[in-house]
Amino acid sequence: MPEACLTFSDLTLGYNCHPAVHHLNGTVRKGALTAVVGANGSGKSTLMKGIVGLLKPISGSCAVAPGTRLAYLPQQSELDRSFPARVVDLVSLGLWPRRGLLGRFRPEDREAVAKALSGVGLEGFDKRPIDTLSGGQLQRALFARVLVQDADLILLDEPFNAIDARTVSDLIALIKRWHGESRTVLVVVHDLDLVREHFPEALLLARQPVAWGEARQVLSPENLLRARRFHEAWDENAPWCEPHTAHAHDHGDANHEDIPTRADQRGAA
Amino acid sequence: MDVLHTTFIAPFVEFAFMQRALLGAFMLSLSACPVGVFLMLRRMSLTGDAMAHAILPGAAAGFLLYGLQIVPMTIGGLIAGVIVALGAGMVARLTIQKEDASMAAFYLISLSLGVLMVSLRGSSVDLMHVLFGTVLALNNDALMLIGLVCALTIASLGIFWRALVAECLDPLFLRSVSRLGTPVHFIFLGLVVINLVAGFQALGTLLSVGLMILPAAAARFWTQRVEIMCLLAIGLGLLSSISGLLLSYHASLPSGPAIILSAGAAYLVSVIASPRGVLLARLPRVAHRTA
Repeated sequence: MPEACLTFSDLTLGYNCHPAVHHLNGTVRKGALTAVVGANGSGKSTLMKGIVGLLKPISGSCAVAPGTRLAYLPQQSELDRSFPARVVDLVSLGLWPRRGLLGRFRPEDREAVAKALSGVGLEGFDKRPIDTLSGGQLQRALFARVLVQDADLILLDEPFNAIDARTVSDLIALIKRWHGESRTVLVVVHDLDLVREHFPEALLLARQPVAWGEARQVLSPENLLRARRFHEAWDENAPWCEPHTAHAHDHGDANHEDIPTRADQRGAA
Repeated sequence: MDVLHTTFIAPFVEFAFMQRALLGAFMLSLSACPVGVFLMLRRMSLTGDAMAHAILPGAAAGFLLYGLQIVPMTIGGLIAGVIVALGAGMVARLTIQKEDASMAAFYLISLSLGVLMVSLRGSSVDLMHVLFGTVLALNNDALMLIGLVCALTIASLGIFWRALVAECLDPLFLRSVSRLGTPVHFIFLGLVVINLVAGFQALGTLLSVGLMILPAAAARFWTQRVEIMCLLAIGLGLLSSISGLLLSYHASLPSGPAIILSAGAAYLVSVIASPRGVLLARLPRVAHRTA
């Protein structure tokens, strides 16, 4: 069995006792390239935050394999674009996992930054102040930072928002390169055609996991219909979720076939 | 030549109190100005002002209990400052309330407490020293304290520089790779407090924030690099100190306001004349490049 990079066991994440990701089980194996899809409010970004550790689980756990280096590109970056920094300073932040607080940047580090910049097509931008970049250029700079981080597990939350077609295909090529280097990559995407074309695996969320597995099967019309039927709004009077009713079965491997059946029990949960 | 000497050099050569004042102001510039740069870049300039108000009651309490002595006043100011910084920072980090609102709440509570305490004892001429500072009467204790704060600030900035920059530039990223984000924020607030406390001996509680913010705000107009901005702010702080002390010497002005007003002049000049200032930005450009 392939090694697991991420293991979700009965993971429930949310805000104020309202779940945004409800009872997620399963594993992401090392080297997998998975698209995370679902409607607005279906828990995609919340899942990302849970994996990074920015959000503590309400119940269950999300285990990252020990020694995994993680890189995270959030949907809503808290990047302060008015801060007086150059592109090279921004991308050099990615050296943190290697050099930490006090480690000196070495020549090979500068080389890695330069290579990352050229890898995203931003040669000659290194001295540019970040407030002079366009949205797409900034996104590419952030991809360059992910490149520099040299992570084993890469989480990208809607990285293609407001990005032109050419840049999207550049970034897709980069993601495929990571996949080829057997890094584990999870990408939140809205464009389903993009998923069908480029992603081997997909996880369809609608608060509950609806389907998880081979991308084209996951994105079947039946699954998409089921995913669309979930209630986006919180119900303040929703009954408390009883333990061990909706998730009595366990499955620890990469075989997620049983998820669709569980989605049918959603009414009970 | 002689005029230049008597105007600019002689006061510092002839009078020990001027030398001490200059030394104190130099050390303050060295430590408060870079702190001010980060305060400004984090859009917390007014937080500095709030903190300055927050330490006033602590200093006043020390003054009321022990008279015009530096140690109790410093400790009082530190305690009040740390309580306000920690309280406001905790509320901002642990609840949905942002730092501006929590800081305002805490400093107002602190200020009203201070005013209450002062009114219990009635007013005093010496209290004016607390409020407006006495850079021309810095004693050994005060210089020691300023030197200590200066060394501590520069060492902390040196050690936590990368984390501080990351926390300002992209706090969410820092949180994803390190747990240093929150500690660095509090260390930074601590540096603000100790620099204000060090400054109030020389410049008074109300104006000690001036040497922190004004050179930093002026430096922002001249450069796009944090490192250079810090150095420039220090330079402007040093120049303001010299010119303020000379102004106060020759025109018999209170020294604290004279120093801060000099820094204010540097700021206004920067606003108007710098490459990113009002004048050049409004100037119609005749030529533009092709790309």
